[in-house]
Amino acid sequence: MSVFGFPAREADQVRTSYQSIEAWGMTHRADARVFHPTHVDQVRTALAATRKDGVSIGPRGTGCSYGDASVNGGGHTMDITGMNRILSFDDETGVADCEAGVTIEGLWKHALPRGYWPTVVSGTMFPTLAGTMGANIHGKNNFRVGTIGDSILEFDIVTPDGELHTCSREANSELFHAAIGGFGLLGIFTRVKIGTKKVHSGNLEVSAYATANLREMMQYFEAHKATSDYLVGWIDCFGKGKMLGRGLVHDARYLQPGEEEGDLAESFSLGYQELPANIMGLFPKGELWHALKYFTNDSGMRLINGTKFVSGLFEANSPPVRQSHAAFAFLLDYVPNWKRAYGDGGLIQYQPFVPEETAHDVYSECLKWSQKKGIVPYLGVFKRHIHDPFLMTYSTGGWSMAMDFKVTASNRDEVWEHAKELTEIVLEGGGRFYFAKDLVIGPGDAKRMFPAENLAKFLELKRSHDPECLLQTDMWRRVFEPLTRG
Amino acid sequence: MGEELVRRLAADGWSVAALARREGPLLELKANATRGAVHVHAHDVTDTAAIAPLFETIVREMGGIDLFIFAAGVMPEVGAEEYNTEKDFLQFAVNLGGFVAWANEVALYMQSARAGTIVGISSIAGDRGRKPNPAYHTSKAAMSTFLESLRNRLSAYDVHVCTIKPGTVLTPMTEGLEGLKWPISVEAAVSDILRAIEKKKNTAYVPFRWQLVSLVIQHIPSMVFRKLNF
Repeated sequence: MSVFGFPAREADQVRTSYQSIEAWGMTHRADARVFHPTHVDQVRTALAATRKDGVSIGPRGTGCSYGDASVNGGGHTMDITGMNRILSFDDETGVADCEAGVTIEGLWKHALPRGYWPTVVSGTMFPTLAGTMGANIHGKNNFRVGTIGDSILEFDIVTPDGELHTCSREANSELFHAAIGGFGLLGIFTRVKIGTKKVHSGNLEVSAYATANLREMMQYFEAHKATSDYLVGWIDCFGKGKMLGRGLVHDARYLQPGEEEGDLAESFSLGYQELPANIMGLFPKGELWHALKYFTNDSGMRLINGTKFVSGLFEANSPPVRQSHAAFAFLLDYVPNWKRAYGDGGLIQYQPFVPEETAHDVYSECLKWSQKKGIVPYLGVFKRHIHDPFLMTYSTGGWSMAMDFKVTASNRDEVWEHAKELTEIVLEGGGRFYFAKDLVIGPGDAKRMFPAENLAKFLELKRSHDPECLLQTDMWRRVFEPLTRG
Repeated sequence: MGEELVRRLAADGWSVAALARREGPLLELKANATRGAVHVHAHDVTDTAAIAPLFETIVREMGGIDLFIFAAGVMPEVGAEEYNTEKDFLQFAVNLGGFVAWANEVALYMQSARAGTIVGISSIAGDRGRKPNPAYHTSKAAMSTFLESLRNRLSAYDVHVCTIKPGTVLTPMTEGLEGLKWPISVEAAVSDILRAIEKKKNTAYVPFRWQLVSLVIQHIPSMVFRKLNF
């Protein structure tokens, strides 16, 4: 049926739009034609159309990567969010079979009322599974359960030649381990089978622990990593001297069967889990970032961080509290659009992953150098990691510290220069970077951080699956493409 | 009205993309443009499938888009006792379908760019369902409501949406109609429209006096309203 002159769409025809595609951190953007496939055949159509246009196409989900991992200037964009159906969910095993555009939000909201919680979630619930696979994201429980790749059982990927490959640890194992954490550069994820974890309550038991410096925080993590289910450290990057890296650890554990005193089904319900949209039922939280704007400067953030640390001392002295999974997991969603408080220039998140042996020194050095230069991160988040089996892993089996730097039109060059200096410290310490966040490293840095054979293997896979280099992003051209030229 | 808007904006130094069904007048606009460049595209807004690629072409050739004005509209003569679905659907297709299809493309782009202004030339005729042309009143009422929704959606993205409600303007649309109330020239109307856009008005009656008229009209009870002949 044609409506108002709009002809009915054939099954393989794909809707397009033209948009300004932005990095989540608002530091980078480019206009692009966006394809909105809702079916595998439409993914193929988009790939073929891109080939015909003689340009490249970059995969994109909800655009939650801080940097340029889902921006493709000068080419097209494949928006996978229209493929968002949960195809099946096994109540016995907790295995979900999903289209790859299903978001973490879609997954947990489907799983929790059935008594399951996604094994790995990010600090925001909005990323698509396709995006989380491309970046191989991790959560606050990385040290216990690995990355999201570790909970993926199988996926379908459409390579640029239009062929669909079903990959698992058994079948197409090489592509399985390369596409997870492969930044979407080997193919378009269209379906994923993912395991979730049986939970015995909609709540976690959360306790807080104040740590006077980085060493203390690391000791706390080490002492609890065998027993805690989630550990995350917040760091006041303004702390100096003996207080360098002072902060607060949030330590959470799943409840055992029978521990939930309340109504189990009620605790699983979305109404109980959902973050309220309004403050006091009236003032929309979506507007809160306007107020935060006045604090995103050095003195404001020094004040906020200091206040948080002091109030954390009180929180740490209180008994553990019960908190819903969603409230604990999705801290970043508490204040919608909080990034906009950083102003039009946006922010970058700089997150080095550093091995156990050098972590303390590297992070201390980063903090000290930032303070000395007067470019202090407004937020620091500390986590513990383990090794994972994926080809392009960012993990060093040690630690990570995410640091948010405000970017303005006038300080941009300075921030990039500073990041470059920090990168030198990190790479010297054997560290790596995470492309869900990165916007600053170059090809030389990539060469230093990845084992040579892994990098060579990845570039070889890229050549064999995508000889025309149809799949590209600004990140690919910034970091990897120069390496293909020898 | 669209033609005069293009002329004025180009004279003010804007780069303008002008779209209309007939190519002749477009080429004339292009040839006579002062200061700002005028890009022209022959296009029928009811050809909704053509809009996405055309919008992309325009944004590419101009390197972005700051202001979008939808001025297309038809108002066929409808007799006092005439009920004609063909005429009515034509008005829906142009005044509403064409507008919605364009506004959606533009809204998505401006939302993603977090900048821009969308202007819809609606009409005071949308404020009440009067006797003369039920479909015209309906299409304009729908257009005004759609614009209001867009405004509420897009203000969080720093995109401004302006609803223009002209009274009687002496355009080809009103040519030959008798008993026009307070008609103004196209030039005068366009001056008012550009001023409203500049001042970031949400809704602007053109000229202003129609706002007072509308205020009265909107409050006339149906019992009385149905007896009136205008």
